[in-house]
Amino acid sequence: MFEVVSNEILAENLHKMVLVAPRIARARKAGQFVMVRLAQSEERIPLTIGDADPEAGTITLFIQAIGASTRKIVDTPAGGSIRDVAGPLGKETHITNWGRVACVGGGVGTAVLFPLVKALAEAGNEITTIIGGRSSRYVILAEELGALSKNLLVTTEDGSLGSKGFVTGPLGEMIADPARAPKAVFAVGPVPMMKAVANMTREPGIETIVSLNPIMIDGTGMCGGCRVQVGSETKFACVDGPEFDAHLVDFDGLSDRLTSYRKEEAQRHAATDCKIAKEVAK
Amino acid sequence: MSNDLSPKERMAIERVHMPELPADERSKNFEEVNQGLSPEQAVAEAQRCLQCKSRNCVAGCPVGVSIPEFIDALASDDMPRAAQVLRGDNALPAVCGRVCPQETQCEALCVRGKKGDAVAIGYLERYVADWAMQHPDELLADKIPEPTGKSVAVVGCGPAGLTAAGELARQGHKVTIFEALHDTGGVLRYGIPEFRLPKEIIDREVAVLSRMGVAIECNVIIGKTLTIPQLRSEFDAVFIANGAGLPTMLNIMGENLKGVYAANEFLTRVNLMEAGRRADSSTPILQRDEVAVIGGGNTAMDCVRTARRLGAKRAMIVYRRGEAEMPARVEEIKHAKEEGVEFIMLTAPVAIVATEDGWVSALRCQRMELGPADDSGRRRPQAIEGSEFDLPAGIVINAVGTSANPLLTATAPDLTLNKWGNIVTNDEGETSIPGVFAGGDIVRGGATVILAMGDGKRAAAAIDKYLKG
Repeated sequence: MFEVVSNEILAENLHKMVLVAPRIARARKAGQFVMVRLAQSEERIPLTIGDADPEAGTITLFIQAIGASTRKIVDTPAGGSIRDVAGPLGKETHITNWGRVACVGGGVGTAVLFPLVKALAEAGNEITTIIGGRSSRYVILAEELGALSKNLLVTTEDGSLGSKGFVTGPLGEMIADPARAPKAVFAVGPVPMMKAVANMTREPGIETIVSLNPIMIDGTGMCGGCRVQVGSETKFACVDGPEFDAHLVDFDGLSDRLTSYRKEEAQRHAATDCKIAKEVAK
Repeated sequence: MSNDLSPKERMAIERVHMPELPADERSKNFEEVNQGLSPEQAVAEAQRCLQCKSRNCVAGCPVGVSIPEFIDALASDDMPRAAQVLRGDNALPAVCGRVCPQETQCEALCVRGKKGDAVAIGYLERYVADWAMQHPDELLADKIPEPTGKSVAVVGCGPAGLTAAGELARQGHKVTIFEALHDTGGVLRYGIPEFRLPKEIIDREVAVLSRMGVAIECNVIIGKTLTIPQLRSEFDAVFIANGAGLPTMLNIMGENLKGVYAANEFLTRVNLMEAGRRADSSTPILQRDEVAVIGGGNTAMDCVRTARRLGAKRAMIVYRRGEAEMPARVEEIKHAKEEGVEFIMLTAPVAIVATEDGWVSALRCQRMELGPADDSGRRRPQAIEGSEFDLPAGIVINAVGTSANPLLTATAPDLTLNKWGNIVTNDEGETSIPGVFAGGDIVRGGATVILAMGDGKRAAAAIDKYLKG
């Protein structure tokens, strides 16, 4: 059992959860994740470790409650507990001082981006962080990322916060301007966003790293469910990743595999919602 | 019941048939197929044993169970003694009695098998182990060992780790097992389906170890959460038994399509995460009418029989050699056939064919014929030109094997590995790091439960010697 120290709501559906996990806190490096299972018969789901305090023996998870499992996890109050937390898994981010870097986050990917920005800042990089979402409600961690970045740019599709449009807009302007062009780009978000970023940086040859979140069961390389085509090789995101060279990732294949259980999940959600409705009716 | 029989009378008894759930009933549920012997059946079968002097059966057992002794006690209906003998030699007898390939081990060497049928040693082992679980109050008390003050870390809670832990605890050492997953048993739980090995059996075997003082910590991934150098500094010895690991890919077109599973993923979803078995499981599993499983081992049988139970109308084994070359246990093949599994032999996959929207629609196959024997002594399959055909399938499961998982070894640079990434040990299981031993699939590559247990037992003896030396 892993005790929940605190559970704050940062934005709609976005929780910052601090857990007691001393061994993970000591071993953890930026870019790594944990497998979390709330209780018996619940799913194992991968969540990026947002931050850790080795001395306090705690890890911080930023959890966007969008699926049935994440919704249940964020319902656990401080003082409650999570049955299983295993990690840290995946390879640590390769961090160096590139000089000028751009960090691009879309939606919940922004939470995955946070520890990378922190590690890049600690290594002395000059960071421009570009984050976006459908509307202001989906833009998260702006304040925290702003504190670590030289520039923070926000985009929303409806223009309710920052500039109207996609994160690729400001990134394109940076790349086009020799005085601002980044030496490296880190991008985490929905697959189409990461694909778009990869396509923008391929031509100018800017090193670009993406963090992938495919379907995963054990997280230790055993099941092969998280396989993704990277160049000519099949890689397992859990042990070979989750970060890969964006210019080699088969985003279309990844995107397609992510839809494997759409029908099954829709049925389960319908069943759950139906059950809740019945309970409410009582 | 008297055990005072002449050899002639013993020879006259016919080998027992294991009572089974009817195939049409069991192919729709996950209940255990083999129902176990009745007391009368078990005693009569035990009386078939001639108690011969050669004791070949013991030599055929990777953990060296005193087979004639436990069978003699059973033939005399002395269950407490039978249980004591069996448990003294085997930490997981209820598991072995269900999943060991007895027909190639103990039973293959039984003198009665020379003319007629071998004694059903596996069935008897299961009978005695199950009796022991159901009659804890009648068991003869184990000697409580003197604590040695030494501690041992065991990496992995599968068959090798559990066996080593039991043996070491019996010697008075303090044992802690570290398990990467959220539950115990390793491949016994995530790999072997409920209809062959009920999860309750694993729980009970693990509970026996816990009562012996073995501590089990789940959710600890050695190589990630802690490393071998850390364990080495905190414990007097370490036994690594973290299993096989990564699925071997087929490297054919279409392998990443939706509906293509590696056996480990398919089985883990159903066995460990209870997908398709419990209505309230949050883990989904795909269900299709036509399921093609590639491979001929026990894992392939487990996949195809699971697919059948999840509702597949055509559950098919696709294997590039013939049935005689299949590595699966004879009983699994028999059970699968009874349950309506189709065996498509001398057939190799060439590609996986997709629908327009990226789902599997067929497995493209090629007919094979057997040529001369290869290094493994089996006849090598050769493709027949122009024999390609498409086998309609909505799910394709790759059950061809696994390769060494690098998670642990990547953070233990002093461990010597072979070219496949498996840990190199001497005959006693000691690795290149003093005080660190290894066994099971991480040493052997993909093997069986019982060979892993044999490694655990041998390594435990070596660790005991090392700690007392």
